Amino acid sequence: MKNTEAIEASKEMKVSSPPTGFQVIAREFMKDKLAMFSLISLIVVIGSIYIWAWQIDQTQLMRISLRDKLAEPGEKFWLGADKGGRDILGQLVVGARNSLTIAISVTLLTGFIGVVIGLVTGYFGGWIDNIFMRIIDFFITIPSLMIIIVFVTIVPKYNILIFILIMSVFLWVGTARVIRSKALSESRRDYINASKTLGTGNFVIIFKEMMPNLSSLLIVEMTLNFAGNVGLETGLSFLGFGLPPSTPSLGTLVSYATDPFIMENAWWNWLPAALLILLLMLAINYVGQAIRRSADARQRLG
Amino acid sequence: MWKTIIRRILVMIPQLFVLSLLIFIMAKFMPGDPFTGLITPETDPARVEELRIKAGFYDPWYVQYVNWIGNAFQGDFGRSYTFNVPVADLIGERALNTLWLSLLSVFLLYLIAIPLGVIAGRFHDSLLDKTIVLYSFIVFAIPTFVLGLINLFFFGYELGWFPTSGTVDIKYESGTAGFIWSKFYHILLPAITYALLATTGIIQYLRSEIIDSKSLDYVRTAKSKGIPINKVYSRHILRNSLLPIAAFLGFTITGLLTGSIFIETIFGYHGMGQLFIHAINGRDYSVITALVMLFGFLTLLGSLLSDIIMSIVDPRIRID
Repeated sequence: MKNTEAIEASKEMKVSSPPTGFQVIAREFMKDKLAMFSLISLIVVIGSIYIWAWQIDQTQLMRISLRDKLAEPGEKFWLGADKGGRDILGQLVVGARNSLTIAISVTLLTGFIGVVIGLVTGYFGGWIDNIFMRIIDFFITIPSLMIIIVFVTIVPKYNILIFILIMSVFLWVGTARVIRSKALSESRRDYINASKTLGTGNFVIIFKEMMPNLSSLLIVEMTLNFAGNVGLETGLSFLGFGLPPSTPSLGTLVSYATDPFIMENAWWNWLPAALLILLLMLAINYVGQAIRRSADARQRLG
Repeated sequence: MWKTIIRRILVMIPQLFVLSLLIFIMAKFMPGDPFTGLITPETDPARVEELRIKAGFYDPWYVQYVNWIGNAFQGDFGRSYTFNVPVADLIGERALNTLWLSLLSVFLLYLIAIPLGVIAGRFHDSLLDKTIVLYSFIVFAIPTFVLGLINLFFFGYELGWFPTSGTVDIKYESGTAGFIWSKFYHILLPAITYALLATTGIIQYLRSEIIDSKSLDYVRTAKSKGIPINKVYSRHILRNSLLPIAAFLGFTITGLLTGSIFIETIFGYHGMGQLFIHAINGRDYSVITALVMLFGFLTLLGSLLSDIIMSIVDPRIRID
């Protein structure tokens, strides 16, 4: 009788466990109002860009009408028109959608490659680690921006997918290095050794037991990479080595400013895109910083 | 310490080798050959063929690679096909412009970043500190080309304070005071733009270093000896925190090279970054390969410099 009571009681008693990853992040965002604001506006802006861009007919948008050449912002075009009389607002929305899609794909792809390589090299160490560290060192010391530009110009049948692949080839290195160094110290922990003695397979240990412990680091890394990739894609498109000219991108819109006449007399052509890039970068980075703080117990605000 | 430096240089050699191999393979994929620029409609195809055989166009790839790298070591990168001058001459002229721009940028960078970092660290958690941290966050997030364009638009076009493109006013004769001033004036806005963008690293490093050293014993000793607080900061703390900043110099060079592609394109400055974009657009492959190789070499040199300075400043990281 007494025994069952005790069991009942222990069932009722809530064991307080340390807050898990997402709870900690949520708490940090509740505390930092600016980060919360950035996160919400990012979700709203990105969501509406995707929905809006989906409604826009791209061939209609890119049709040239010389009567509207460099039309000022007004009734017909809210943000005016470019040299070919094409609506800037429509190009801005579609361009933002394209830039974001590329940045997201590159982030996911490099994140995946970086995590797999980082975890495997960090866990096994030894010669595997040595080989990959040499490769990573090499990638870090080459002028990757220039080599990306060269690749973009010499690849035949260039399209968006190839652009994403070229960028990813040079960008997985940072993630791999960060994950590797954390995995290296994690692999010497007791719980890993215990699991090894129990005969758990290496890959089960790496991906089911070790990876969850690196998840917060991974989220931070991916968020900051996302911001970096938005910057890099728009930068490359600005220089003319990103998306093909017929596909609008935020960078191409900003590159209208390289024509001094447009820069001086038609600010509506390039300034909105430049400001949108600026705001996106600030918001994503700020969210990234907040997540980074929450991943480090000493820096937490919440 | 010499052992560390020599080891570090030895590590650099295979990296350079792999980089040159990568560039060589890239160059092989580029259309055209070293004679594309020399061919005119009157050139006899048989003569071109003869030149190609003579220059080893049909040799096995490893022979070509050895010849190419051998020539590169002697400063012979072939001829530019759009400018029709030797690549080395072309780059030499542009490199000087980029060098001036970089020197001023680095100078301004330290001029802005060090005081801000010191102030933020010293008055930690004050409003001033928070403003500086916010500033360093904002410049960290802004892409180079966006800030470059906005600066050019406001200060160059709207306010008219700075020239909007070029390296020097053509009305001045080389060597006069007006010439030097005009050159400086053209460099100023791009250099400020670059310096602003690069401040984040130095500010954050100095700030956290100073905050950490506040509670260290040597600072407490200095304070308890009755040394004026200003002197403790300027003599004791700053001197200790400043040395590692020197190690940033290597990374700064790397950043400058990548940044120069954007900054020089935006400000119409005739440096190596702009030359690279022109060469890509004109499909001037001998210039492209030479520039990528040069930038790669300088990037490696930058990280070598950082490591050497670090190993001098902080003996703990020396490899043994």
